[in-house]
Formats: sequence, structure tokens, C-alpha cells
Amino acid sequence: MKLKKLSPLVNPQSIALVVVLLVNWALFPGFFNVTWQDGRLFGSLIDVLNRGVPVAILAIGMSAVIATKGVDLSVGAVMAISGAVAATLVTDGYPASVAVIAALAIGVLCGVWNGVLVAFLEIQPIIATLVLMVAGRGIAQLITAGSIVTFADPLLISIGTGSFAGLPMPVVIAIVLLFISVFVVRSSAVGLFIESVGVNRAAASLAGIRSGLLLVAVYGFSGFCAAISGLIVAGDIKGADANNAGLWLELDAILAVVIGGTSLLGGRFSIAMSVLGAIIIQAMNTGILVSGFPPEFNLVVKAGVIILIFTMQSPLATRLIEMRKTQRAVARKAS
Amino acid sequence: MVDHQTDNSFVLEARGVIKIFGQSRALDGVNFGLRRGEVHALLGENGAGKSTLIKILTGAYQPDGGEVLLDGEPVHFADPLHAQSHGIGTVYQEVNLLPNRSVAENLFLGRQPTRFGFVRKSLIEKNARELLSRYGLDIDVQAELGTYSVAVQQIVAIARAVELSGKVLVLDEPTASLDKLEVEKLFEVVTQLKERGMAIVFITHFLDQVFAISDRVTILRNGRLIGTEPLSGLTRTDVVRMMLGKDITFAPAVTGIEERAAGPALVEFTECGKAGKIHPFSLKIRRGEVVGVAGLLGSGRTEMARIMFGADQCDAGEIRIGDKPVALKSPVQAIAHGFGFCPEDRKVEGILGDLSVRENIVIALQGKLGWFKALNRDEQMEIAGKFAEDLDIRAASLDMPVKLLSGGNQQKVILARWLATDPNFLILDEPTRGIDVGAHAEIVRTINRLREEGLALLVISSELDEIVAYSSRIVVMRDREMVAELTGDNINPSVIVQAIAAQHETVSAEGASV
Repeated sequence: MKLKKLSPLVNPQSIALVVVLLVNWALFPGFFNVTWQDGRLFGSLIDVLNRGVPVAILAIGMSAVIATKGVDLSVGAVMAISGAVAATLVTDGYPASVAVIAALAIGVLCGVWNGVLVAFLEIQPIIATLVLMVAGRGIAQLITAGSIVTFADPLLISIGTGSFAGLPMPVVIAIVLLFISVFVVRSSAVGLFIESVGVNRAAASLAGIRSGLLLVAVYGFSGFCAAISGLIVAGDIKGADANNAGLWLELDAILAVVIGGTSLLGGRFSIAMSVLGAIIIQAMNTGILVSGFPPEFNLVVKAGVIILIFTMQSPLATRLIEMRKTQRAVARKAS
Repeated sequence: MVDHQTDNSFVLEARGVIKIFGQSRALDGVNFGLRRGEVHALLGENGAGKSTLIKILTGAYQPDGGEVLLDGEPVHFADPLHAQSHGIGTVYQEVNLLPNRSVAENLFLGRQPTRFGFVRKSLIEKNARELLSRYGLDIDVQAELGTYSVAVQQIVAIARAVELSGKVLVLDEPTASLDKLEVEKLFEVVTQLKERGMAIVFITHFLDQVFAISDRVTILRNGRLIGTEPLSGLTRTDVVRMMLGKDITFAPAVTGIEERAAGPALVEFTECGKAGKIHPFSLKIRRGEVVGVAGLLGSGRTEMARIMFGADQCDAGEIRIGDKPVALKSPVQAIAHGFGFCPEDRKVEGILGDLSVRENIVIALQGKLGWFKALNRDEQMEIAGKFAEDLDIRAASLDMPVKLLSGGNQQKVILARWLATDPNFLILDEPTRGIDVGAHAEIVRTINRLREEGLALLVISSELDEIVAYSSRIVVMRDREMVAELTGDNINPSVIVQAIAAQHETVSAEGASV
């Protein structure tokens, strides 16, 4: 009975996270130490969460996109655009609130552009979003005129480095976004519609789902998430680096979603599990850094853990587990 | 011929075969014997054990009891490739070939003649032409297989299977997606193979086809053998009774429908057409009537249905609901007017395969309610449960993925999806195609019930016996054009066939005059 209650928590992802954390602890005994200082929490665990936020937020939007049988390669570039817009506006003397709103609006606009290409021009998502992945970084460089735009606006900086209720501001933002998006997806019909379109767009359209509008909204949401991530990264370094902000993070975000168990073929998805996937990725990154291994190991170890997770999720493993269950049930019957 | 018929020893035989899945016995001591030079139909409702038996005979499954004999000797097939090397080939409803490679390559894939390691393309093509000419098929073998009709692809698949195996050919619902002429073409090939001494197992849902081509029939029900009989001594009713274990009767032609349906039109299409798709057609549909649509595949039936549902837009003409002219620019608009549409291709356009039965049933209603007025889980369960019961949808659980249901139950799920929206006009495109006899009867019953409840229905079907039984009027489509509207005594299969066939006479007449 007790086991059954726990079973939603017993899944390959949670096990993987626990294993990664334990390995980190073994390599670096101070890993679980959390201290209270200057009104906020410090420690490796908090670092994992804080550093994991940009990818986790991207993964929230990416989950919905992948559930529609799509993918959004442009999110890294959109992060750069969003940071560039905000930084340029505050250095030009606009208030931070205007800069933030403009950055978010530009992010949504980028997503809507992707959505229109995918939904109405019916361009394959990987190609449609590749356009903005390539062009986006160029746009960001045009906005910053090729240099790194630094700023000293306290509000904008606090988005990346501030704290609230003892937690780093980015973590608070991510938690709020996670709760709102899970609530909207599961308490409205949006989740069902996303899954329907991902499973079979033709059938969903014939059943009366406005699949085009839905796709535009989903890609727009992904752009929105990317813009938030862009603001956090810019606030963190107090500047907009059009070349490096969000570089390759689209791939980590896709990985986080897949580790979270959402199929690239669309359909069933879980935003919370994708965020868990992002935390697993960051736990590995942080672990390798704090344990003193040369960072070169990072990518190789990451690949190893990922293979392990996918093996645990594979149809073969599922079958083997089912077989064991049946055997045990038969044995129990026999005795 | 005579030799084959007197030769009673079985080529392939199953004796007391048992197959167990989990708790249930999919096959329970089934015997099946296949003779040289016969077409042996294998019948049963979905879930009767046909596929399981075939999979055991072709090595895809291993039996849990009993044995398989080949030419009287016990054999043990490790996998389908092994069975193929012993002369047993299978052709499935969905052709398992490579649509993007040429016909010739498909025929010789895996055994291409080579010289110095290079594939001898011209030799392959020459062999392919020779091979196909034996099947009366004269096509460009260099063209991609996918550019040909399903019928041609089927024949190519058969030719390949016969070349590779040559003793036993299993045809698993080969005719499900073919039209009448294509079926005839396929049957010519099958007859020819039979005369060459091949033993052929034929699985289908179409009883007409069973009687047209089969010598003997084996009927399974719930994993048990009901009997193997020569078809010459059986009637259709006998076969259906053996399959169902009970009598089913189609409702006799309903009388008095016309009077009941004399009211004003619910929806009226005037000169609606779409260039390249369908000639302008005009049709009024009233509450409480079923308008049947007859015609061959490709005659414009589906195109008409799609225009009526807003899935395609007509580029001329007017649509009125009641007295008001309306635009049907999308299914969303059509659904808002109370329309529903069960498409012809369930898998591609109907079901949301990975989603649950429950979600599949509520999706259209939820679509109508919009994004934010979400039905909660309990409400979904209640709605899905009600319609699953009404339509006798057989699912272990409403939360199981709909793709795991049989074709008949999937069709009922899609019907339930529309009934949940409380429609006033339902368009059903081939609602009974490729489904088992029990589900078939249930759907016909439902059509009659809905008409009595005052719905307007438009039902497209190739099954003439069926369509004359429930239609108040029948329109006949031919060559993308509505060519006839039949009422009263004219609602009978022979009149429909005449209306459809008129085209072929004209074409041949034109052909002769050229």
C-alpha cells in the first residue's frame, strides 16, 4: 500500500537524480551542506537549482512544443535577443519595467513567427525554427551593435542575482512559472488539445480543434519562456552577450524534455518531469565542477548518464520489468 | 486441377494449437488444414483468433501447445523469415514494401543479382517485367512503387511473396482498401495462383468476397474452432451464424421514412463544387432521414463529405442552414452548427491513437466548449462511460489507449465522439468498412436509431445491401459528379449498380469510337 502511494515518485528520472546527487556527495562530502547567510541560502544544492534555471525554463516551453510533435531550436537565439533588447533599452535610458516587457514581447513575437511557419506554411518544425536559430543570433548582434552591452540597472540585475524568501530570484521565477504553466495546462483543456495535435493533427483538426492557433500559441509560449531565460542570464552577468548568451542551451532543453519522458514523436507530456530532467543535467554539471574533476570530463560523463537513463526508459527495459513482475506473480500463485 | 483437388494431404496444418496471452487463451486447441490449390477463407469476428493463428503458422508466434505440420512433418518456425524459407509467404493489408524504391527493386530486394558486387539494374528490371506480366500487370517497373495504386502494390507484394516462398500464401485482409475493379483484378491473380497449385489463406471481412473466391472456410470464435466446411454447401446466413453464434438480421427496408422526412431541409447545398475535386452538386438533407451515398472509390464521395463538413471549401455555390446562408470555412464552424464527421480512414484522420478511449470520446465536445471550459476527469468519465455503454464499446478500461481497440470498437469510439456533441447532422464516410460483423450490426442499428431520434444523416458506403437497408434516399456519385438521386422503389442494389456502371459503358463506347 505504502509502495503504491510512493510509486509516482519512483521513476527512472527520480532514481537518476538521487544517484547523481549521491555520487556528487561521495565525491564532494560538503555537497549537501546548505548555509544561511545574509538573508539567503547558500550551498551546492542551491547552486544546482540556480544554475539549472535557464534550461529548466526553456524546458517548460519546449515540453509543450515537443508534445505537439515539434521542436524549437531557436530558444537559445531568442534568449540572446531578449537579453540584447533589455540591455540596450536600459542603457538608452528607458525604465527597467519597459525593457523587461519589451524583451518578453519580442520573445513571444519570435515564437509566434516560428508558430506561423510551422502551423500555416507547414514547414517542418526543425527547419522552421532553425531559421531563427541562425538568424536570431545575428539579430541580437545587430541590436547590441556587435558589442557586449553592460548595464547597472538594479531591477534588471536582481532578476539574475537577487533573492526572494531566501531563494535565488531565478529559482523563484522558475517555480512560479512551473506552477502557473502546469496549472493552466492541466486545469484547462489546453493540455488535452496539445496532446491531440501531437498524436494526430489531422484527426484533431477534424474533431474541431483549432490546431493552427494552438501551434502558434505553443511556439509563442516557448518564445516567452526563452525570453525569461534570456533576462535571467543577462541579469546574472549584468550585460547582454549576443554571441554567447544561451549558446547550445536549446539542445540541453530538448535533452531535459526527453529525459523527462516526453517522446519526440509528440503526445503525452509532463512539464514537471522536464524540469526534473533539467535539474538532473545541472546536477551532473555542478557535481563534476565541485568534485574537482577537469571540466573536460563533464560532457563524457553526461553522455554516460544519459545513456543510462534512456536504457532504463527503453521498451526493452520495460518488457524485462514486466516479465519479472509476471514471473513473480506466477511464483506467488504457485506457492 | 483434378490432381490438386483429390490430393487431400495438407500442405500446412495446425493440430490442437494453443496460445495463451496473460490470463486468456487466444487459441484453444485449434485445428486447421490447408490443401494445395485451394483458397481457404479464415473468418471470425475481431478477437476470434484469426491473426494469432496466422502468426503461429507463419512463425511470428510460437504455440504454447499443439503442433504445426508442413507436408505432414512437424516443423518449428523460429520467425517469419524461417517460415518464408519453407515456402510460406504473407501479404498484409498495409503493404510492407518500400514506396520510395522502384517496383523492380522492391521485387528483388535482398536477392539482387550482382556482378562484381554491383547490382545488375537492367537485369532486375527485365526480370521484374517478366514476373509481373505473368500477373497481367504491364507497368513501368522503374517507377517508384508508391506512385501506384494500393491494388498494384498489393499485386507486387503478392508477386514478391510467391517468388520468395511459393507454397503457401497468406493474404491478410488484402482487399480492405481496394475498390471493386481492383478487387476483381486481385482475384484474377489469386485464381491463377490457385491453379498453379498454391495453397492460399484468405482473411477478409467481406462475405461476398469469401463466396466469390474461396473453396473452403474455417471459422473461429473466441479462440475456438467452430468448423471447417466447403463453401458450396453454405449460405451467407450459415456463415454469419457460425461467426456470431447467433442470428443477426439487418433491419428490413424501413417504410414510411419519406413521409416523416417531408419537413423543411435542415441543411441545403446548392451548386457547391470545387475545381479538380468535385463538380457542383445540390442536395437537401432533412431531419429524420438518412441520405445514402453510393459510388466507387475516387468517385467524389469523400470530397463531397469533406466540403459538407468544412474540411475543404467549395469555390462556388451556397450552403444554407434553415433559411440562413452560412459559410463553412472550417470543421470548427461546421461543428458549431451541430455537424459531425466520421472520416473514411479511421487511423489517419479519426482516432488519436496514443490517447485514451475517454479522451477520444470527449475531444470533440471539449473542442466545442473551448480551451478554458475544461471537462474535469469525472465529467469525462461519465460522458465516455455513457456512450461506451450506449454503443457497446468493448474496452478493458476507458483509460486504455484507443489504438489497442479493434477496428470496430475504434469506429464506435469516433461515433461516440460525435454523439457526445449532441449533433443534428452526422456525416459517416464508410462507417462499417473493415470492421467485424458484430460491430457492423451495432453501427447499422445506431444509424437507424439516430434517424428515428430525428437526426439528419449522410452515410457513404460501398456495401449496397447495407446502404439500401437504412437509406431514405440514395445519391450516386460517379467520376466526381452526382449522377443520380434514387428514391422509393429505385432504392435497390441493381439500380445503384446500373447508375454506377453507366460510366464504364460510356467510357468504352468513347474508347471504341476514337
